[in-house]
Amino acid sequence: MTDIVSLPPETGPSLDLRGKDMAVAGQWRLFWLKFKKHKVALVSLVVIIFMYLVAALADFIAPYDPNATNSRFTYAPPQVLSLLLDGSFQPHVDQLKMTLNTESMRREFTPDPTKPLPVSFFVPAQPYRLLGFIPMQTKLFGLANPKPGDSMYVFGADRLGRDIFSRVVHGAQVSLSIGLVGVFMSLILGVTIGGISGFFGGWVDLGIQRLIELLRSIPTIPLWMGFAAAIPVGWPPLRTYFVITLIVSLIGWTSLAREVRGKFLSLRGEDFVTAARLDGMSEIGIIFHHLVPSFISHIIATLTLAIPSMILAETALSFLGIGLQPPIISWGVLLQEAQNIRAVAQAPWLLFTPAAAIVISVLALNFLGDGLRDAADPYESVS
Amino acid sequence: MSDTILQVRDLRTVFPTRTGLFKAVDGVSFDLKRGQTLCVVGESGSGKSVTARSILQIVDRPGRIESGSILLTRADGSITDLAKLDPRGRDIRSVRGKEIAMIFQEPMSSLSPVHRIGTQIGETLRIHFGTSKHEQRERVLELLRQVEIPRPESAIDRYTFEFSGGMRQRVMIAMALACNPSVLIADEPTTALDVTTQAEILDLIRKLQKSHGMAVLFITHDMGVVAEIADDVLVMYRGKVMETGPVEQIFHAPQDEYTRRLIGSVVKLEKKAEARTARAAIPAGTKPLLDVRNLSMTFPSGLKAVDDVSLTVRPGETLGIVGESGSGKTTMGRCLLRIYDPQAGSIDYRRPDGQTIDIRTADKASLQKVRREVRMIFQDPVGSLSPRKNVGQIIAEPLKLAGMRGRELDDRVAELMLQVGLEPSWRERYPHAFSGGQRQRIGIARAIAVNPRLIVADEATSALDVSLRSQMLDLMMKLQDELGLSYVFISHDMSVIRYMCDRVAVMYRGKIVETGDTDQVINAPAHDYTRALLSAIPHPDPRNRRMHNRFRYDASRAASANG
Repeated sequence: MTDIVSLPPETGPSLDLRGKDMAVAGQWRLFWLKFKKHKVALVSLVVIIFMYLVAALADFIAPYDPNATNSRFTYAPPQVLSLLLDGSFQPHVDQLKMTLNTESMRREFTPDPTKPLPVSFFVPAQPYRLLGFIPMQTKLFGLANPKPGDSMYVFGADRLGRDIFSRVVHGAQVSLSIGLVGVFMSLILGVTIGGISGFFGGWVDLGIQRLIELLRSIPTIPLWMGFAAAIPVGWPPLRTYFVITLIVSLIGWTSLAREVRGKFLSLRGEDFVTAARLDGMSEIGIIFHHLVPSFISHIIATLTLAIPSMILAETALSFLGIGLQPPIISWGVLLQEAQNIRAVAQAPWLLFTPAAAIVISVLALNFLGDGLRDAADPYESVS
Repeated sequence: MSDTILQVRDLRTVFPTRTGLFKAVDGVSFDLKRGQTLCVVGESGSGKSVTARSILQIVDRPGRIESGSILLTRADGSITDLAKLDPRGRDIRSVRGKEIAMIFQEPMSSLSPVHRIGTQIGETLRIHFGTSKHEQRERVLELLRQVEIPRPESAIDRYTFEFSGGMRQRVMIAMALACNPSVLIADEPTTALDVTTQAEILDLIRKLQKSHGMAVLFITHDMGVVAEIADDVLVMYRGKVMETGPVEQIFHAPQDEYTRRLIGSVVKLEKKAEARTARAAIPAGTKPLLDVRNLSMTFPSGLKAVDDVSLTVRPGETLGIVGESGSGKTTMGRCLLRIYDPQAGSIDYRRPDGQTIDIRTADKASLQKVRREVRMIFQDPVGSLSPRKNVGQIIAEPLKLAGMRGRELDDRVAELMLQVGLEPSWRERYPHAFSGGQRQRIGIARAIAVNPRLIVADEATSALDVSLRSQMLDLMMKLQDELGLSYVFISHDMSVIRYMCDRVAVMYRGKIVETGDTDQVINAPAHDYTRALLSAIPHPDPRNRRMHNRFRYDASRAASANG
């Protein structure tokens, strides 16, 4: 009986200090304390940060130029990166031996354990600019002294002999950023329109809400297809990219606008807002001093939950061939390669590598968003 | 021994929290006897509700009963220890509703809005006795008649939202009575109701207790209710029993220090504050600070919340506005600051230079000036402070908007915090670190920051425990004397009005039915509604139970009698 009564030891003496800390803990500290309890979200946050780092440093991390073709290694299978050789640390891949199967008329690759190709870190490479402005001449890893005929395809190669790993890493740049840019556009549209709707009320509110309902009632894929079909073929890839983000954020802003409007309406009735008005604060002051700080955490959570849908939208459009087009590399474009069944049967890595990247990033963002949403109102349980 | 129907011994209920086990109920023991009423009384967080819920094993997760016994003497004479039963098992379910019934504080959320009340009450009968549809209806009608619901034949097919709060509580009671329980647990059943409705419900419970011979476990924080209905009293504080005994002893010879303080703070509110009895009267010829004439306010829904209200507030005076919920007193208070826009009438406010401004029609600039001189204290100490700003920022806000900056601002905030009894070093703390009473002090500091002349206090003490109430009122009176303030004090609670108000206006359905000096209105009410209101207030003295002799006011009858 007695063991139940006593407190866990670590909370005993520090309890007072903790209480004092909590007393002066502002909104973001409480937010973080509550978020920390959501372990899956915490892990997801790490995963997300890692993925965005990889995307930002794609040029450095990808061992090959994503567009470099090699006709010798079409549909080459993934090569296993082994760390140990003869009991000592020597990262290496086995050289691929190619034979032509005369029956199926296919090239067949087999790893040859007798010919290990050493892999090392920070290998010299063609000069490039990291993040577009840092001149670099090394890559994170690669073959130590590549000769023609040597290869290191950790996730295999596609029909032109391009390295899938490098392509997925480069694809992350577009696929992950399209979510961010799209969400940013949604944010601006959603907060402005939702704010106007909630603030003015009346017929403005009515009109905006009906517009949102109208937009949400249109089936998304045909709508996107309609817009995407209107993009001139001759446009440069960058411009196409921005138009596509605009199209995918066209739907995204509606839910955000609703969230903002709802928060506006519920907060306007709060006593502390009335108190601020009685203090003589202007409406603009109330919005920026009281309303925005109260719902900013909700907005962050909603935004995080919106990114995966943007990523999926881009993927879907590109997969259907109406989004981004080669030579732009995105995960959706990579999946296009896996559209025909023969390619999938012969080289399943074409499908699984980009798909895994998409699934991991979407799941992680969803978990992160869930955690943020749960922590968004840290005052529910504190008081 | 055969008299005792429920015997609770050393009950402990705990809630695991981040920092360890929270002992909500810590070694509580009591006996409940047949036909008797045991009142469990305590302030918020004292564990009185958890005690009641533990008996039926319906403690909210993750709470659990850790030890102790709850021995129930059943109808066949056998004794069952409820604490040992599986909370989801068949055994405890056969006890719930059938032998021990419970009624809750909030009748709206404890009844389902999608079922007709007949079905809801009938369900209990079906579960415990398998009563057929036809018999169910007969029995439900009989129950509705017992709880004095008018026209039971039509009421039985109505939904809960078609009833008023008091009627809903009657439905809850009918449901509780359906299986003729031997124990009725009532968890603050009248807290959400107006005093006049409360009086009726208490009457009903007592009547039914007599006719059914039930034991009643009545949980309340209101010492007045305790004095009116209890046979025995159990005083709880922080999960522990402080004192238990017959109601006479608790009120007139309390043994425990905490009980003494609790009774003391209740009794203190039974008369006028000492600080106010000796105060010199305000000269009759003084020009009013606020002169409200024929004020009317209709909401867009068509509800006429304020109907032709006229009143005056003189400098240095406290005017009480008393009324039940829905009487329009809060709306009226909010109109005084133009939070709502009243449609008709005038609110003439006299500025220090003698010039008067009609707040109802004032333009933006003069309204802003007036709002620095007329301030508001809100009812809800949680909702009225932004949780995202620390105390220093909250109190500084009106000062900043008035143009104060830097060192001067810091000094003023510190001064204000001292003035309302808060430690200036707490300025970095956020509202969540403060108790309800402290938060209300922060609200007061914000209100007096810009040296106002009139403060509208809307139910400023009703969210506080009784022991804090008199402290808060004393603070407000201290500030009144120091700063020469006038108050419009809105409350549903006659005792706080009597404690601090010089004059009182009684509101009923948007109209002011009576105005006068507090003593005169309380001792010699002129209007029937005031008499009914006063007589329904539970009196915290078990030797002087008066509620069942109360005066009832029927608005329609009064109207027809007056022509």
